[in-house]
Amino acid sequence: MEIGISHYLILSGILFSIGFVGVLRRKNLLMLFFATEIMLNAVNIAFAAIGNYYGDLSGQMFAFFIIAVAASEVAVGLGLLIILYKKYGSLDLDVISTMKG
Amino acid sequence: MENLVYIALFAPFVGSLFAGLFFARSPKTHLVGIVNSSLIGIAFIASVTLALHVAEHGAVHVTMMSWISAGDLSIPFGFLVDEVSVTMMLVVTLVSTIVHIYSTGYMNHDKAYNRFFAYLSAFVFSMMILVMSDNFAGLFIGWEGVGVCSWLLIGFWYHKEDKTFEENPSISPSWAANEAFIMNRVADLGMLVGIFLIYWNVGSLQYDVVFKALPHLADGLLVSIAIALFIGAMGKSAQFPLHTWLTDAMEGPTPVSALIHAATMVTAGVFLVIRANPLFSLDAVHGVSMFIASLGAFVAFYAASMALSARDIKRIVALSTLSQLGYMFAAAGLGAYWIALFHLAAHAFFKALLFLGAGNVMHAMDDELDIFKMGGMKKVMMGSYVYMGIASFALAGLPIMAGFYSKDAIIETAFNDGSFIIWAILVITAGMTAFYSFRQVFFTFHGEERYKALGFHPHDMYKYVLVAMAPLAALAISFGWFMDSFHEFITKNLPDYEMSHHTHDLAPFLGTLVIILALTGIFIAWKKYAGKGADAWKRDEEFEQSFVYKLVANQYYVPKFYDEFIVQPYTIASKKFWEIDKAVVDGFVDLIGKMFYKSGDVSRGMQTGSLSAYLNWMGVGALLLIVTAAITALIG
Amino acid sequence: MYEFVAFYIFAIATTILFLITVMSKNVLYSMTSLAAGMVLISGLFFLLGADFLGVVQLIVYVGAIMALYAFAMMFFDATKDVKEKHGNSTLVFLLGGLMALVFVIMFSAPIIGENIQALYPVGLAENLGVSGNAQDVGLVLFTKYLVPFEVAALMLLVAMIAGIILAGKKMDYSLTECEASDEELQKEIKKEEA
Repeated sequence: MEIGISHYLILSGILFSIGFVGVLRRKNLLMLFFATEIMLNAVNIAFAAIGNYYGDLSGQMFAFFIIAVAASEVAVGLGLLIILYKKYGSLDLDVISTMKG
Repeated sequence: MENLVYIALFAPFVGSLFAGLFFARSPKTHLVGIVNSSLIGIAFIASVTLALHVAEHGAVHVTMMSWISAGDLSIPFGFLVDEVSVTMMLVVTLVSTIVHIYSTGYMNHDKAYNRFFAYLSAFVFSMMILVMSDNFAGLFIGWEGVGVCSWLLIGFWYHKEDKTFEENPSISPSWAANEAFIMNRVADLGMLVGIFLIYWNVGSLQYDVVFKALPHLADGLLVSIAIALFIGAMGKSAQFPLHTWLTDAMEGPTPVSALIHAATMVTAGVFLVIRANPLFSLDAVHGVSMFIASLGAFVAFYAASMALSARDIKRIVALSTLSQLGYMFAAAGLGAYWIALFHLAAHAFFKALLFLGAGNVMHAMDDELDIFKMGGMKKVMMGSYVYMGIASFALAGLPIMAGFYSKDAIIETAFNDGSFIIWAILVITAGMTAFYSFRQVFFTFHGEERYKALGFHPHDMYKYVLVAMAPLAALAISFGWFMDSFHEFITKNLPDYEMSHHTHDLAPFLGTLVIILALTGIFIAWKKYAGKGADAWKRDEEFEQSFVYKLVANQYYVPKFYDEFIVQPYTIASKKFWEIDKAVVDGFVDLIGKMFYKSGDVSRGMQTGSLSAYLNWMGVGALLLIVTAAITALIG
Repeated sequence: MYEFVAFYIFAIATTILFLITVMSKNVLYSMTSLAAGMVLISGLFFLLGADFLGVVQLIVYVGAIMALYAFAMMFFDATKDVKEKHGNSTLVFLLGGLMALVFVIMFSAPIIGENIQALYPVGLAENLGVSGNAQDVGLVLFTKYLVPFEVAALMLLVAMIAGIILAGKKMDYSLTECEASDEELQKEIKKEEA
């Protein structure tokens, strides 16, 4: 039983779909952040797998930069979440929905 | 010399801009009339100087700048002043100058005095481009320019309502302007086709290049070029069947009729044929030239017959213009180009004089046109009477007068050519011409003073206007005396036309025959229309009920035919197409608009303001993209 | 063989852990399972021969990011269950399932791009007499990707400062409307809620 690139890619796709379901389903902003992390990680797996398949380092490079982006996103995002929580006392999207015209 | 060319060309343009830009909205300013008249006068003086120069040193050819240059097509803005164009320039500028001066008096009471001068000078400019251009493209620009100016000037009193005259169909200036413009567009299409054919086959539009290349072209091609160009000439010179616009164009102010619709613009068609004489004198297009001559003779007779019954003073003159244009085409078609040009010039002088005289009468009679309502006016309008008398003598072709020399030459040409049918028609027409022109004179100036009973108080035109008309009168009398020197001058450029000895010997008899016919016509007119007393009020009603009279008075039912078989079906078709357009094209456009409205209405439901709903929509979108990617990947 | 076993263990475990993350009502459970899932993903990276990436995953994701979440959690009440109104759950699962299906179909198709040349092939550092994934990565990262790397560093710095300022700000005034006082804002919010 050889584990090929398809296995990794399918795993990546399934994990991405899980994250996708989370994004669609959850209304808590923190949970949405978690779901986003899952999707980012799924993509990282795909990059690493493809890089491995071709024997190329570029895939890993992209994964690095994605991790860097994710880290900064979390830093800023969490700061915003804290402010929102202070302001509204909740992180539920339904509560803080202020975009209603 | 180059500067003189530009002065002659651009002085009218400067005048037009001066009147149009600075005074278009201001009230009547005499300054405009004076400045514009003097500018045209300057153009005239420049033309005279140029003419003397050309007579001595030959043609002047200047290229102002490159105008159209695209690929192989290269059309410079060039001007050619040779014997032919300088003759036209002299005629145009002289008549224009006098008409401008005349207009300062005639349009004195008009509110749009300044606008009138802007248009009139613009016309002169266009006409100068037409005659001076050294290529067909420039000729066409001038051709269209005079068309536009003619449209503007016929419709000058555009605010006038449709009026039904006793004998005219219901027309208004704006209607007549549109008719003239549209008919000319129809003909101009022919002209454009001709120009395209020339360009395609010769690769240039310069006269000299084209005429040099013509003999090498195929016969069929030459015939089609000649036909196409002549269709253009037919429209501008109002030849049958495109003639109806000219009589209707009399709705415009009388100076316009004198300048544009008698002396200059309508002769552009003749000018084109003369200009393109290397084409029309080729053996291959002999058939076309014969057709031109025959059509000319036919129109001469046709128009004269309509003039016999017309009662509208301007229509009579317009129809006589039509008839004389027929003479010119007859001469040009028979190859006597220089005679055609000579008659063109002579005609311009006496016809402008005749029109201006008619304008004086109209002015005196508060724009009344019906000659039945006039009569015996020579007492109050001596000056105009003398002028119109001179012009009518010239038109009738009586000895000494300009018309005698030019018209006789044409009739002789027809005889010499052996085209006896054309000759006979032209001779008979000469008699008719004498009759109708003197019928008009006697009706207006002699006999019972009918206007008194109808409550008109005529007065003659301003003195200075009458004085300004004197050069025209002098030329109407004396222009023919210069026939020999003109012949010598013009045949440097145009092919000579030699009469055979036989014709030469017979010429006095032929001339006498024409004179006798003309005098007979005048005598009948005198008998019938110069009478006094109660008879002068009577009209031959029995005769007016006859078929022939009705046919002629209704212009052979041609306008009616056009109305019934072209205008009305076209109107109906247009209405139908309008409905189709409304349903299909507009409907389609509306549908697109409605689609967006509807989609907006529908997608409004998405805008809930809830972030999670937006996220869901985004997710759906992302899914759609991925599915699309998958499908394309699987298919590809 | 060991790769086969390891892959399936890691794959199944991450799937389950992430499912817990997504479905759980308790924030702490979610976070813990997320962290565990990320550890296992680093295992997958090791399997793929990306040792350095696996380490970075461990340090940055599990060490830094999850720690950040954990600290942030202190601001929120993490003991309570998250109360959410779930709209149309079946539709969500349908969409998610469809997406997964599409991915599976797409990725199980054979890969045709056989003749693609590697731009930065593995084992690049062997020319310099050293070997190993970390050496390779270092070589590429500090030559070809130097500028993006520095930019990423700058971005992280900016993000850090932004995080500190945002989290450290007392809500004395509105961040968006400087003029509006806190009390007014509170009133408005209350009005809207009512």
